[in-house]
Amino acid sequence: MSLRIVVCVKYVPDATGDRHFAEDLTTDRESVDGLLSELDEYAVEQALQISEDADDAEITVLTVGPEDAKDALRKALSMGADKAVHVEDDDLHGTDVLGTSAVLAKAIEKTGYDLVVCGMASTDGTMGVLPAVLAERLGVPQVTLLSEVSVTDGKVNGRRDGDTATEQLEASLPAVVSVTDQSGEARYPSFKGIMAAKKKPVESLDLDDLDFEADEVGLEGAWTKVDEATPRPPRTAGTVVKDEGEGGKQLAAFLAERKFV
Amino acid sequence: MAEVLVYVDHVDGAVRKPTLELLTLARRIGDPVAVHLGPGAEEAAKTLGEYGAVKVLAADAAEFADYLVVPKVDALQAAYDAVSPAAVLVPSSAEGKEIAARLAVRIGSGIITDAVDLEAGEAGPVATQSVFAAAFTTKSRVSKGIPVITVKPNSTAPEAAPAAGAVEELAVSFGEKAAGTKVVARTPRESSGRPELTEAAIVVSGGRGVNGAENFHVIEELADSLGAAVGASRAAVDAGWYPHSNQVGQTGKTVSPQLYVATGISGAIQHRAGMQTSKTIVAINKDAEAPIFDLVDYGIVGDLFEVVPKLTEEVKTRKG
Ligand SMILES: Cc1cc2nc3c(=O)[nH]c(=O)nc-3n(C[C@H](O)[C@H](O)[C@H](O)COP(=O)(O)OP(=O)(O)OC[C@H]3O[C@@H](n4cnc5c(N)ncnc54)[C@H](O)[C@@H]3O)c2cc1C
Ligand SMILES: Nc1ncnc2c1ncn2[C@@H]1O[C@H](COP(=O)(O)O)[C@@H](O)[C@H]1O
Repeated sequence: MSLRIVVCVKYVPDATGDRHFAEDLTTDRESVDGLLSELDEYAVEQALQISEDADDAEITVLTVGPEDAKDALRKALSMGADKAVHVEDDDLHGTDVLGTSAVLAKAIEKTGYDLVVCGMASTDGTMGVLPAVLAERLGVPQVTLLSEVSVTDGKVNGRRDGDTATEQLEASLPAVVSVTDQSGEARYPSFKGIMAAKKKPVESLDLDDLDFEADEVGLEGAWTKVDEATPRPPRTAGTVVKDEGEGGKQLAAFLAERKFV
Repeated sequence: MAEVLVYVDHVDGAVRKPTLELLTLARRIGDPVAVHLGPGAEEAAKTLGEYGAVKVLAADAAEFADYLVVPKVDALQAAYDAVSPAAVLVPSSAEGKEIAARLAVRIGSGIITDAVDLEAGEAGPVATQSVFAAAFTTKSRVSKGIPVITVKPNSTAPEAAPAAGAVEELAVSFGEKAAGTKVVARTPRESSGRPELTEAAIVVSGGRGVNGAENFHVIEELADSLGAAVGASRAAVDAGWYPHSNQVGQTGKTVSPQLYVATGISGAIQHRAGMQTSKTIVAINKDAEAPIFDLVDYGIVGDLFEVVPKLTEEVKTRKG
């Protein structure tokens, strides 16, 4: 039996661009260039490695996002994933983590899965909780925040580096995994991979296909509300001096003046 | 007054500082009820009571250590059912966020993560968050269900406010999913003896400019002269010069100390995300164009191997 892997990837505004909020206080995804979240590249990479070690595996990349989110799917396909599913619907605009996770869970069940692989966090929302929520919704084990992962004999094993300890974890499939940016560099798509990706299937689903009503998701359906977003005032320009041999002393004097010494 | 559940982060009964901050914030909304899982409840209760816990719901079971996250969600849910609180507050650690989010799904509530401040509001607690690498500050609230909010370390100064804090046993029956993910081995992290990175008043960080694990003692000596924690950029961590647990930034720790000293760090957006809200920022970098200088209160353009040892020396002299 083939190992069915679903990788959840998010299309996010480029962190090096001018990220900001739209008028309705949702993340502006239109006026800032987007890309496949760098942290989800690690998820695609680990899925590829797991599939290379398995006798027979198929990788589906899945995203919930606007039309341009296709770019993220294409990138994952050009890295080597087999096919893609894009959940796209105007009514999804403004959906929060509880809504997104509900939609992802339905799409994952519809696709069929043995293993779900996620990134450690999205680079825009940075919550880092969606994988745990997905596991809760799907009713399968969560094996999250792994810096090492492997799948053998229907079991997933991994290493989780926590604040106070490093843990070795084990769970039976099906399961939801998330991997950190310590899990190993993601590969670059090869020219061949980029060409091949153009022919790989991308299935589009809307809320109807997943049996959701418009008011269960989107800004109206959200469980949280942003009331205010204020740009952080720029820091007042400080003093920058060139070291002419006295830099250490000058800095110490500054620290003393601010009562740190 | 309404009760507010506060999930306790502790090591065998030694309560960690972020929990005291949570108790302090919880009192703005209602009466804090602490939830203590694992050993050491009696010991912890003394501290929890001192900081305002009206009672401590305690459960201890092997499951908490033997399986990942879910047994703790089961227990927090049991506490939620027992108390019917006005809000649930959890420390924003990686595990804390996962526990909180799963609870939120179960009780049909919204969740806010990584709050840096919390106030009472007309429509429920208002959480302040710092987003897009600290470029924006937002105020949000949970609009459906009982608010579940995780709060970052260093969000407020803990204030004592003695309350009864008596321990009550919390009955927990674990669900069938509790044993889904087994912890087959656990290696505790060794303590460096320095302050905890996220809790420290001063952080001294080294980046690629430190140029080797064998040079990090220069950073450590400065840190020790100031009583500071040691941080590192991802470049330094990826190179294997310093442990990942010390990484500052988007995929490491967020720190917000009184003083942040960046040495040999360029100041990439992902690094700034983890230190931009520090009160005073100083940097030492040999490249005058490094973006870190846009953030500094005081910056030295120079070779860190020249500047840092002299700084350490001068700090020691001044401290006597
Ligand atoms: C999704 C994602 C997440 C990330 N998360 C993080 C994160 O959590 N934390 C993080 O730090 N980065 C993170 N990064 C990486 C980040 O983009 C930068 O690559 C990284 O911060 C660079 O580290 P650095 O400043 O030490 O190295 P560099 O950018 O190489 O800078 C080194 C600096 O040292 C200076 N220098 C060299 N020698 C000396 C000397 N002798 N004396 C003085 N100065 C000297 C140089 O002038 C230079 O400015 C992330 C990236 C991505 C894509
Ligand atoms: N809209 C989305 N579509 C697909 N996957 C997502 C989406 N949002 C989050 N994820 C996945 O969940 C992980 C954690 O996201 P978060 O909890 O939002 O920080 C990401 O790294 C992705 O793997």
